[in-house]
Amino acid sequence: MKYKPTVIDRVFDIFVYITLSLLMVVTFYPLYYIFVASISSVSEIAKHGSFMFWPKGLTFETYQAVFQNSFILKGFRNSIFYVVVGTSINMIFSIFAAYALSRKWLKGRKIIMMMIVLTMFFGGGLIPNFLIVQKLGMFNTVWALLLPGAISAWNVIMMRTYFLGLPDSLEESARIDGANDFQILFKVMLPLAKPILAVMVLFYGVGHWNSWFSASIYLQNRELWPLQMILREILIQGRVADFGGSGATVTHQVAKNLKYATIIVSTIPILLVYPFIQKYFVKGVMLGSLKE
Amino acid sequence: MDDLNVSKLNLADISVKKKKKTRLQRLKRDFNRGKYVYLMLAPVVLYYLIFHYWPMIGIVISFQDYIPGTGFFESPWVGLKHFTEFFQSFYFWRLMKNTFLINFWLLIFGFPAPIILALLLNEVRAKWFKRGVQTVTYIPHFISIIVIVGIIKDFTATDGMINQLREILGKDSLQFLQFPEYFRTIYVTSDIWQTIGWSSIIYFAALSAVDPNLYEAASIDGAGRFRQMWHITLPALRPTIVIILILTIGNLLSTGFEKILLLYQPLTYETADVISTYVYRKGIEGSSFSFATAVGLFNTVMNFALLIAANRISRKISENSLW
Repeated sequence: MKYKPTVIDRVFDIFVYITLSLLMVVTFYPLYYIFVASISSVSEIAKHGSFMFWPKGLTFETYQAVFQNSFILKGFRNSIFYVVVGTSINMIFSIFAAYALSRKWLKGRKIIMMMIVLTMFFGGGLIPNFLIVQKLGMFNTVWALLLPGAISAWNVIMMRTYFLGLPDSLEESARIDGANDFQILFKVMLPLAKPILAVMVLFYGVGHWNSWFSASIYLQNRELWPLQMILREILIQGRVADFGGSGATVTHQVAKNLKYATIIVSTIPILLVYPFIQKYFVKGVMLGSLKE
Repeated sequence: MDDLNVSKLNLADISVKKKKKTRLQRLKRDFNRGKYVYLMLAPVVLYYLIFHYWPMIGIVISFQDYIPGTGFFESPWVGLKHFTEFFQSFYFWRLMKNTFLINFWLLIFGFPAPIILALLLNEVRAKWFKRGVQTVTYIPHFISIIVIVGIIKDFTATDGMINQLREILGKDSLQFLQFPEYFRTIYVTSDIWQTIGWSSIIYFAALSAVDPNLYEAASIDGAGRFRQMWHITLPALRPTIVIILILTIGNLLSTGFEKILLLYQPLTYETADVISTYVYRKGIEGSSFSFATAVGLFNTVMNFALLIAANRISRKISENSLW
């Protein structure tokens, strides 16, 4: 006798859809509101407060102020530098590590694997790390943001699992054709690993784009600051006045508006790449991490 | 006779030599075979030695009065001075309490949230709706913590959304972030908002491995949707839940450092100050390197002990474990 949906099942269904819809609204509204408010006029925001569902008194003045601000522009440029150079370093190191540790015949791979895994749970802590960056002479240089986090153990393990899943015959036949390991890695393996590479680039790239703490302890020179550090001054420390344009008196409302516009400007680059890589997420996470 | 003996001896000698040679040869062959791979590993190992294992050696300064600018072994040894100072200080119990409570509530509310989300999503038939929920709930994971704290500040401000709602209900507006009693609520709620979607991926992935025939068979046997969820979906998630729980417990005392640092202020230290933020203030802002390293070491060791305990308990109860 086949089971037929009962009233309880219907109620359950409705409950599921309502709960998830609410979750979507709660997640999305704050972000949507910030966007709407950033292109609304100051007086309309004051009038409606946090409940605006479409832009009122459409204006792009705040964006003009944001894009004319030399600190924000410089931060933007610096952040792009950290993302591009930092992610490249991350990827080279991680690909080498993952490929090497997925060669089952390699002597010593277990020890090195353990050496990497241990760092996921135990480390020297904030202060020794800080002192070593100073000792290496990287204090107040871009290297302090690029090298100390060059490899994420999680990402290496994820990529290694992916490589382990590729058939051994690929390596063997390439070797018979006279290829060395560099050729096997770059010409045979990597073209097959595009999904995982895409996920890695996204993780590392977003990590660099959003990173601020290293910059806050290692970089005293404002010329080197990434965008997030400028954002911290505007959003967290409330130092909007320095950013409000030349000589203008910045009211509380204008300051708010300016905050919204900087949030949008700093977040748009991520939201632009997001849809292209989203389809790889589940794939990437599924392949990775938990299986040995 | 003599000749025979000699030749025997020689033979034995040769065979020993041969064995030695082959071991060396094998080593040489293994190295030769892997020489390019070792070349790839060299920078990786160097990175780990410099940026992970050297700092571990640096922990020794927590037993010294470290003189800034010197090597890790050049300062006078003081034994456990910094540890006793920390244990006896006024801040010790406050920090322990705050660290524990924030993480406790995070575990109680934050840990089940993505599991529930995955279970609910699994019940959704309409593909477009499923994708919609996923796309939206993943977004906060990619937004910088600076922006998130900026949003929290804006929404809890006197003219922010929460106070606007309070006004409608006829209540006074409050500067929430200045009251210690609201800190944990704000922290945990916003944390769930940030992580629920992204953390559910791992469970969702585990569910995609479930054989659809199981559901069909269950429904033929007369099991309703809720019973299917209880008897098929949830058991399928169990190994993943256990592993993630162990990992969560193992990282319990180190999470959220950046967010608390951005969100707290001297007015709310009473509930917001945790061990890691204290290390930051003492070490980076106050330059008490040795003392801060000692406190940090205490935190790391506690973390590690929690991880081992969680793993051991789980291995006994559920037969799932990290190692």
